Amino acid sequence: MSGGFVDRHFKILAPLPAAVFVVVMILFPVIYTVFLSFTNWNLTSGNPLQVVALRSYGRVFREPRFLAAVARTFLFTLLAVGVETILGTALAVLLRRQFAGKGLVKLLLLLPLVAAPVAIGISWNLFYDPNIGIANYLLHQIGLGGLKWIYDSTTVIPSLAIVDIWQWTPMITLIVMAGLAGLSPEPFESARVDGATDSQILWRVTLPMVLPTIYTAMILRSIDGLKTFDIIYAMTGGGPGYASETLNIMAFKYSFEYFRMGQSSVLLVILFLIVLLFSLGIVRLQRLSEG
Amino acid sequence: MKQRLAGRILASTLIFLVALVILFPFFWILTSSFKRQVDIVASPPRLFSFAPVLANYVRVFAEQNFPRYFLNSTVIGATSVAASLLLGLPAAYSIARFRQRRLSVFILVARLLPGISFLMPWYILFSRLHLMDTYVALVLSHMLIVLPVVVWVMSSYFASIPVEIDESAMVDGATRQRTMLSLILPIAGPGIATATTLSFIFSWNNFLFSQVLSMEKTRTLPIAVYNFVSYAEVDWGAVMAAAVAIMTPAIILTMIFQKYVVQGLTLGAVKG
Repeated sequence: MSGGFVDRHFKILAPLPAAVFVVVMILFPVIYTVFLSFTNWNLTSGNPLQVVALRSYGRVFREPRFLAAVARTFLFTLLAVGVETILGTALAVLLRRQFAGKGLVKLLLLLPLVAAPVAIGISWNLFYDPNIGIANYLLHQIGLGGLKWIYDSTTVIPSLAIVDIWQWTPMITLIVMAGLAGLSPEPFESARVDGATDSQILWRVTLPMVLPTIYTAMILRSIDGLKTFDIIYAMTGGGPGYASETLNIMAFKYSFEYFRMGQSSVLLVILFLIVLLFSLGIVRLQRLSEG
Repeated sequence: MKQRLAGRILASTLIFLVALVILFPFFWILTSSFKRQVDIVASPPRLFSFAPVLANYVRVFAEQNFPRYFLNSTVIGATSVAASLLLGLPAAYSIARFRQRRLSVFILVARLLPGISFLMPWYILFSRLHLMDTYVALVLSHMLIVLPVVVWVMSSYFASIPVEIDESAMVDGATRQRTMLSLILPIAGPGIATATTLSFIFSWNNFLFSQVLSMEKTRTLPIAVYNFVSYAEVDWGAVMAAAVAIMTPAIILTMIFQKYVVQGLTLGAVKG
């Protein structure tokens, strides 16, 4: 009876299609990318693929553009996720009390998270426009001079980070709010009985207890931050010059604009290793919190 | 007590400011989509003092192939969600019931790795197989975003359903697959709603995969919005109308399924 067969081997058969899909669509491509990183394959040259050991790595590492992109990737992530974590946590603590319209605020928090990043990025280009943008208008209103925002190499990374912060701070808030909701009330009650003030409770009880959740939220955001593509590509395409070119953007250009597949694979392997390191961090943290 | 009151007023003010900061860009996008170019470039900016026009929307929907891209996004999103549920539900059930932790981590890693590291090989493969700009290529690639979400959301949802329910059915002689199909899936509705809403929105918003794998025939909305900037010498009104068009369905879905969206987004970061 075939039903009996499925029943006996359910444990293997049920997850099999999904597992095969992931192996075929991810594992093989990733292995292929790693292989290509040891070649000098260039799709436009017409030359056959040649295995050159680490020579493509050497060429990429000697490229000043590469080291700048690595530094920029970390700078962008640090800036964006740092501010997001502080603001997001503060907001979660702020939203802890009950107040009229809390439901509405919680809905508002979701809006940036579900809006297409490309649409958001392009719209912020209008806000940032040095001549007609609302950003400079607001600066003028409070008596400051205008900035060139994404159109200047010194301000482009913070300007992009602001968009990321606007869009993703609510993510940290939602996660920390869920973490706060799961805390047991006893430590708070006993602290209050002991006569602790609100700010003492916040700094000595609430925040330490919710810290594991904050860490996890931070790592999740960092992984996405390192991979940020949509807003950067849509807003600046990595420019002006290479001033906002992160590893992901650089790899995209090497693959789909210059067709230097070998070197692009090197970039991808490096980006991949950086993100994998963070991903393993998450798994480790979750194990720790599970005890 | 006075201090309490002051604190409360301060908190309310801050929350109001936050709401303002979140809403303002949406407000600006929406109003700009009804402005003529003269009103958009006006200085000082015109908050309300402009005569609203529908011309931008007419331009977007009539002159560009926008309805087609709208349909493409819907079809690709719906198909990749349906296919992912088909593959992902049994896998998630199995992960939850047999504690196949390694498998769940393996599928989770798929969501965490940078998309370009598989996109480049697919690009080569799909070109060789003449699958560029086909729905097959687009759906397969979108499934990579959708499937991990489905497995992740559903395995923790299944785990929250008491094992005793499965056991009593199997004591009565039901097979595993029958137990899953006719007993567990029907009570997993809220979980499936979470997975479906969230993963559809992710597919809807995806830019990278479509940018590389689609051309005119299978072009999705995010690419269409992006192309508006490159082609139409920044016709800001049209860009904003296109932005409204792409964001509205995701926002409506979020309003309807708010609770599920929150659950899906915060899942995994918080255990319990």
